[in-house]
This record gives sequence, structure tokens and C-alpha cells, in this order.
Amino acid sequence: MGSQQMNGAEIVLKALVDQGVSDIFGYPGGAVLPLYDAMFNQNSIRHILVRQEGGAVHAAEGYARSTGKVGVVVVTSGPGATNAVTGLTDAMMDSIPLVCITGQVPTHLIGNDAFQECDTTGITRPCTKHNYLVKDVNDLARVVHEAFYVARSGRPGPVLIDLPKDVAMAMGTYIEPKHVKPKHYSPQVKGDSVKIEQAVKMIAAAKRPLIYAGGGVINSGPQASKLLRQFTKLTGFPCTLTLMGLGAYPANDKQFIGMVGMHGTYEANLAMHDCDVMVCIGARFDDRITGRIDAFSPGSKKIHIDIDPSSINKNVHVDVPIVGDIAYVLEEMLRVWKAKAPTLDKGAHKAWWKQIETWRKKKSLSYKKSDTVIMPQYAIERLYELTKDRDCYISTEVGQHQMWAAQFYHFDDPNHWLTSGGLGTMGYGLPAAIGAQLAHPKSLVIDIAGDASILMNIQEASTAVQFDVPVKVFILNNQHMGMVRQWQQLLHGNRLSHSYTESLPDFVKLAEAYGWVGMKCEKPDELDDAITEMINTDAPVFFDCRVAALANCFPMIPSGKAHNEMLLGDDVSDEEVGGAISEEGKVLV
Amino acid sequence: MLKPKSQSHYVGPAVVQDIVSRTLSVLVDNEPGVLARVIGLFTARGYNIDSLTVTETEHEKHVSRITIVTTGTPAVIQQIKHQLERMVPVHRVLDLTVEGQSMERELALVKVAGKGDKRIEALRMAEIFRANVIDASINHFVFEITGKASKIEQFIQIMTDLGLIEVSRTGIAAIGRGDAAM
Ligand SMILES: Cc1ncc(C[n+]2csc(CCOP(=O)(O)OP(=O)(O)O)c2C)c(N)n1
Repeated sequence: MGSQQMNGAEIVLKALVDQGVSDIFGYPGGAVLPLYDAMFNQNSIRHILVRQEGGAVHAAEGYARSTGKVGVVVVTSGPGATNAVTGLTDAMMDSIPLVCITGQVPTHLIGNDAFQECDTTGITRPCTKHNYLVKDVNDLARVVHEAFYVARSGRPGPVLIDLPKDVAMAMGTYIEPKHVKPKHYSPQVKGDSVKIEQAVKMIAAAKRPLIYAGGGVINSGPQASKLLRQFTKLTGFPCTLTLMGLGAYPANDKQFIGMVGMHGTYEANLAMHDCDVMVCIGARFDDRITGRIDAFSPGSKKIHIDIDPSSINKNVHVDVPIVGDIAYVLEEMLRVWKAKAPTLDKGAHKAWWKQIETWRKKKSLSYKKSDTVIMPQYAIERLYELTKDRDCYISTEVGQHQMWAAQFYHFDDPNHWLTSGGLGTMGYGLPAAIGAQLAHPKSLVIDIAGDASILMNIQEASTAVQFDVPVKVFILNNQHMGMVRQWQQLLHGNRLSHSYTESLPDFVKLAEAYGWVGMKCEKPDELDDAITEMINTDAPVFFDCRVAALANCFPMIPSGKAHNEMLLGDDVSDEEVGGAISEEGKVLV
Repeated sequence: MLKPKSQSHYVGPAVVQDIVSRTLSVLVDNEPGVLARVIGLFTARGYNIDSLTVTETEHEKHVSRITIVTTGTPAVIQQIKHQLERMVPVHRVLDLTVEGQSMERELALVKVAGKGDKRIEALRMAEIFRANVIDASINHFVFEITGKASKIEQFIQIMTDLGLIEVSRTGIAAIGRGDAAM
């Protein structure tokens, strides 16, 4: 029973089933019709019909990120493939495991500028972890199995399979996963034990230690988050997380000092600047974290644990690099730590925590409250308070609302926070929420959105209705591209060039047109009831939350500045905001 | 090699590193697109390619060897290695310059036209450089020359004054000394 004859499309489906796939996100077209035909008479795989291929990829990302499984996408050739490019790039930047199958014109037409032909493997080479063009049906089963292996191994990422129509229709042999011998591609998962010992020694001697963890912890799996907690508890060190890492360590724990980076807390950024030993776990020192690179944490020794060797020493020189899977390395570190039972400098740690507490007292996330308009921060605070006792998944679009969500919604568990971190793709949130809701039908899934971003993939509202997906879209409607407006205020003399959306739709009517429930709230004292009503509605809901139009997102490390040059919300005047970024800073993004 | 300008020991504007030249040997699956993948990496990340050669070297295993000569700071060279290594079709990357003990050769075809003294001198120089004549008429020669890139440079330099018409070079092939494979 090792091999069976069937056509290419059936081979693909069988391979997907054997890979444990139960859901795929897709959109049909001429070149993938054989695959759709194979899907017609089967019930092992559910196909979610999106409304635009970009939506399919983001939905698969939300599905993957919230489950730890590989997300699967099927789209047609030409425009189907090009529409998928943004999502693939997004998955590449945020290390999300995906397998995307694109239809292609038949092999004899490739290169002839055939109808709906494009060089899909050429276009997607830089934005996939790997891609394949399958020209022989007998390679197909192996390629699909290999694609899943590559997508989820090492640093995860999107893998694309370009499937010409004639190959999908040709008869060939199916091979089961266990008969496919693994590729030579085998990322290092176990960390170097000498380096681990070295790290433990360095950590034990630290006086002002800091744990800085990122999305790699989430990618490594729930075990890694558990071990991170154990390690943090055991050492008593302060822990900060990147945007992608939120949930890897419980936000409500007192050793958590908030998110780090451009819009991170005062205490997290100053701790990063002043620490003497930094333990970077599955994060990549990107420019949103480091700020001015030559002023980044000048006095610290750095330990970096990452499965991708190319992330190490890319932006920042580290003293102890450890290549390996976070869960393996942390487990080993814990073992070594327990065996050595090092004596820590308790006095120094106490002083360090005292310092951190004084920074914390700054309350860098505070904002001016209002009883007449809903402050966006307040809206997220209330949303959190009213949903925190449920199993809740939050996705976001991109902009101020995304940062406020990261600051004010507190995640205690991994895989519950879905956001486009690396690419910053507006339009990610709604499809990602749909993907997450399909994977977790009983949970509450909310896309915290901006009024501009939500329009980028609004068509997916229709998908939600077709598949009975009761997602909620909570729009912080400030009638501006708030983040753009904030930057124009900071950088460009408050000249608000094209950042005000003059004719926004009536979101309530729009919701109703799609068959959703539409709600609007304008007053702070009505917010709680309205949110409760949204939560209790067993249908998709658009919540148009009218918030203060010109609120800025603070704290903020202006581009080109160091961590200790951060702007706090309370004490900045408009002039300071206007002059916060130097001429050199202005060229940065 | 590191010449920090300030106290900071970070890779970044504060650190000045010397630019070095490195020969990398990259073993890859000979699958469609593999060369585009490697070259795309170099262009996308702004790395230099000074020379590049590629041919399938193990036909049964469909394995090709790509030899790349690149320049950059040691930190950049390290990044290039890691970026190459994480590509799925890449088996191994070896920095032949750092491993030392390696040999590099290049082949060039050099067309020279001329009459009289210049023609005689060209032929004489070719003999000194152990270049072979592989095509000739009463007006021209095509020389085949093999050796280190520097030797070929020098030969071409000399031929420039003696009627050089055109040059075709293979780029560098490199291999480690001794009986071990990479
Ligand atoms: C696809 C895409 N285009 C442009 C941008 C640049 N951009 C970043 S934030 C932003 C404004 C977002 O506005 P909105 O969704 O209303 O959110 P707000 O900042 O107001 O919360 C823009 C245009 C982007 N991130 N993604």
C-alpha cells in the first residue's frame, strides 16, 4: 500500500490529508480547477472560500499562528498568485509556517506569456522560505510532504508549490509521508552545550539582568513558553517581550515589565539600556527594538538564543550566541542551572528591581482621561477587562490601534495574539481573525482595527458570513490614518498630507450590508454595555468605536534616538513633539 | 581587524571594519532556480559578487558547486555564509579563504589582433605566460590562459598594448588542498 495511482490533483489532496490538514483557504481559477474538482467529492478537508487571495494567506496565517499548525492556501495562477505575494512576505517576515499551492499554466505554455501566466516561482523566491515548480506528477507527493517539513522546521516560513494544470491532471504515483526521505535540510535544534554553560555562568554573575524574549518562543511551541516562565521564575529576573512575543510570558506577572521597543514601556526600554546581561530568547534585535544601534544597551553582555544562525550578529554583536530551538536550549539551561545551583548577587538584584520600580512609577502608559470622548487607550482597557475571563484571541491591523492593543490588552498565554509585526501589513487583522476563529470555534476572536486598515480587506466580511464565523471587529475609529498623522505631526510640521479619510463608510450600514451586526458607540459611559452586547452577540459584529481623533501613541522612542531618549505622553508639549526627531532621524522609518 | 571608533563594540555605524575578499564554495542541489536564489540573496541584501562560477559537479547526486568571490567586512561575510546556509537547497558553505590551504584558478580566452612587431611580441608574451594558441589567422590569435586571477589580469594588461580585441573569462574555480572533500 506504499504507492497508489491517481491524478496530480488527487495526489495533492491525499498528501494534504496525510499531513493532517483539515482546513485550506483558497480561491479558484482556471489553472487550479483540477484541484477544485478533486475537492468536490470529499469531506476530509474543509475549503474556506475567501474573497481575495490576499485574504486567504492572512487567514491561513491567523490559523497557523493561533494553532501552531501549518496554514494551507490554494490560489490560481497569475493574479491569484500575485495577490498572495503580500501575505507570503508577511509570513516570511513573521516566521509563520504556510504551504501555498498556486495553479500554473500547463507546462508546454510556460514561458509563452500565456493567459494568466506569471513567473510565480521567480516572483515569490525572495518572499518564501522555499518554493517549487513541479513539472513531473511523480514528484508531486514528495514535494508536498517536503514543503510541510520545510515550512515547519527550523525557523518556520511560507513554502510555495507551483502546480501546472497538466501536471495536476496527469496520472502518477502517490507516496506516503513515511516513504519520503527527509531533505538534507536539517536545522540545528540542540544548542551547543559549551555555549549553554558559558551563558549560565554569565547569567549567574549578572547584577542587572534582563530577559528579552520574542516571537521565536511562540514559534518553538507551548513548551518553550512554559520553560521561559520557569526560567524567569527561577532566576527572579525582569522579563520584557517584543511585539511578536506577547503572550510568551504572562503580562499580569510582576516580573513582566511590559513590551520593549519603539512603543514599549519606559521601564522595559530603560532596563534594556542599562542592563549588564541581556538574555535574548527568540528575538532578532530589529530596528523597532534597538532604536539607535550604536547607543543600544551599551554596557551589557549579550546572550542570544535563536534557531536561525543568520539572526545572530546581524544587527547587534552578541557575546554568547546559541543556535538551537528555544525549548531545547531552555530545557538544557534549566538543567545546567539546577545542577550548578549558582548563588546570585541578591543585593544587586534587589537594587536593580528597585531601579525598575522607580521607572515603573513613571506610569509611561498613562493618558489623559475624558468623560466626553472615548480615549482609544480606554477603549482597549475596557475591552480587556470585559473579555479577560474568556478564551480570547486578538488580531490587529496596523497603526496606532495595534500599538494600543499591544500596550493595553494583556496576554497571559502564547498563540492568542495575532499581529503583523515585521511587514506591518494593513488588512491583516480581519482575515487573520477569521482564520483563528475557524480553528477555535468556541473562542472569542476580536480584530482590533483602525478605520483605514479595515477597508484594506473588508471583503472578507463576506467570508465570515458564509462560514458562520462570529468574529468581532472592534474599530478604533479616529477618522485618520492615526499613525501616519502622528508621524506627520512629529516629522513634518503637522502637515497632514492625505492622512485624513474624508468619506469613511457608515460602518454600521456596511456591516449590515454584509449580513453582520453593526454597532456604534461614541460615549465613554456607554462603552461597557456596548462591548458586553458585542461579546454576547452570536454573530459577526462590526463595532464602530468613535474615539478621540488626534490622540498620539506614547511612549515613543523617536526614530534615530536611543532608549533613554524616549518621549512620554504626559510631559511632552506640541513643540517637543514637533522637534523630537532630528534631521538624520527623519530619513529613518 | 576590528577598529572600533568608539567604546561601542556593536556592528553598526560606530564600528569600522576592513573590507576583505573571500572565496566561498557553496554545494547546492542542482534544481531549477537555485542560482537565481543565490544571486537574488546577494542583490536583495546588497552583498557584492566579484566572480561567480557554477556547474553540476556530481551528476548522480545532482549536486552543483557554486564558487563565489565576494568582498565585505568580516561581519558581512559571516552574514553571507549564514544566509546561504539557511537556504533549503544549500548543503554546505565553505569559506576557502579562511580555511586557507585552497587553490584558485581561472581560465580566460583572449583575442589579440595585430601585425608586425606587436604580433611577435604578443606570441612571445603568451609563451612566457604559458598561454596556448587555440585559434589563429595572419591577423589574429586567440590565447587560452589558465592560472590565478592575478596572472590573468596581468596577461590581459600586457595584451591591451598589443592589440587586445576581446576577453572571455570563466570566473574563479577553487578547491581545498589535501585528500579530503569539503
Ligand atoms: C498595506 C499598508 N499600506 C500602508 C501602510 C502605512 N501605514 C502604517 S499605519 C497607517 C495608518 C493606519 O490607519 P488606521 O488603520 O486608521 O489605524 P490608526 O493608526 O488610526 O489606529 C498606514 C497608512 C501600511 N502599514 N500597510
